Amino acid sequence: MSLHELMVDLIRQSSANVFSTMLGVELEPGAAVIENGTPEANDGVVSFIGLAGAWIGTGSVSCSPTLACRICSAMLMVESTGVDEDVLDAVAELTNMIVGSIKNDLETHLGPLGLSLPTVVFGRNFRTKSAGTTEWTVVRFPWEQETLVVKLCLSPAEKSHANCHMMGQTCALDV
Amino acid sequence: MESDVLVVDDSAAIRKILQRVLRQTGMPIRAIHEAGDGQEALDLLKSHPVDLVLTDINMPKMDGIQLLAAVKAAPQWRHIPVMMVTTEGGETRVAEAVRLGASGYVRKPFTADQIKEKLAGILKPAALQ
Repeated sequence: MSLHELMVDLIRQSSANVFSTMLGVELEPGAAVIENGTPEANDGVVSFIGLAGAWIGTGSVSCSPTLACRICSAMLMVESTGVDEDVLDAVAELTNMIVGSIKNDLETHLGPLGLSLPTVVFGRNFRTKSAGTTEWTVVRFPWEQETLVVKLCLSPAEKSHANCHMMGQTCALDV
Repeated sequence: MESDVLVVDDSAAIRKILQRVLRQTGMPIRAIHEAGDGQEALDLLKSHPVDLVLTDINMPKMDGIQLLAAVKAAPQWRHIPVMMVTTEGGETRVAEAVRLGASGYVRKPFTADQIKEKLAGILKPAALQ
């Protein structure tokens, strides 16, 4: 199984589990692609979390304002009609749980990884770019005529070091 | 006897969810206090003694592991049960929390039943109906 295939599996499992457990929503399996090059423009809410360790990368969840409000309503059991602090916080925490679960599973393959705090952006016609990253594993989940997009990019921080972890070997600590 | 509970998480959403779950447990609760990070939790503990702490690990300023260590190092607080509720599921983190004296560990995402089950094991039977 390639790293891309592994990440698709983990994104699907983790997203389905978080939606089912925290929102009471059964998410349909999303379509997966690899995205390269210039990212498309966004309208709505995007939440990011960084991953660091022998492998480094970013996980993100993006959706429309309508879907962000639905997430908040289902998670907090309150009526959300506009993107406010509660909505942004709910999307950030959803991202934390989805990417955090993926990170926990990836650690068995890639060694220990750290997780940053989430950052949420809300706006219109904006583009996002991670420095040095050109390839993203993207899964688009359909939910009530809207789409929730979960993305993950990951690359070795240092090739020889990352290979040690992938092969289950112990590695010397560079000082 | 009614208990005071401290919920520590940088996510207001999770603090609200945990408040709701705690109210559903049947545990007699006098007040649920909230803090957004470990430092805020320590500041709050100085003025509001509590009977139970639920804390996240990944937080700004002071994380949940540092908070746990500080609580267990203080003679006036070390009896307080501290339950970790966190996305962090790595063996190292769990082992570190257990070594420092965490009373329970629940991974996010969680169900209300998982929280209730852990609390039932942590608190005295009389504290839960």
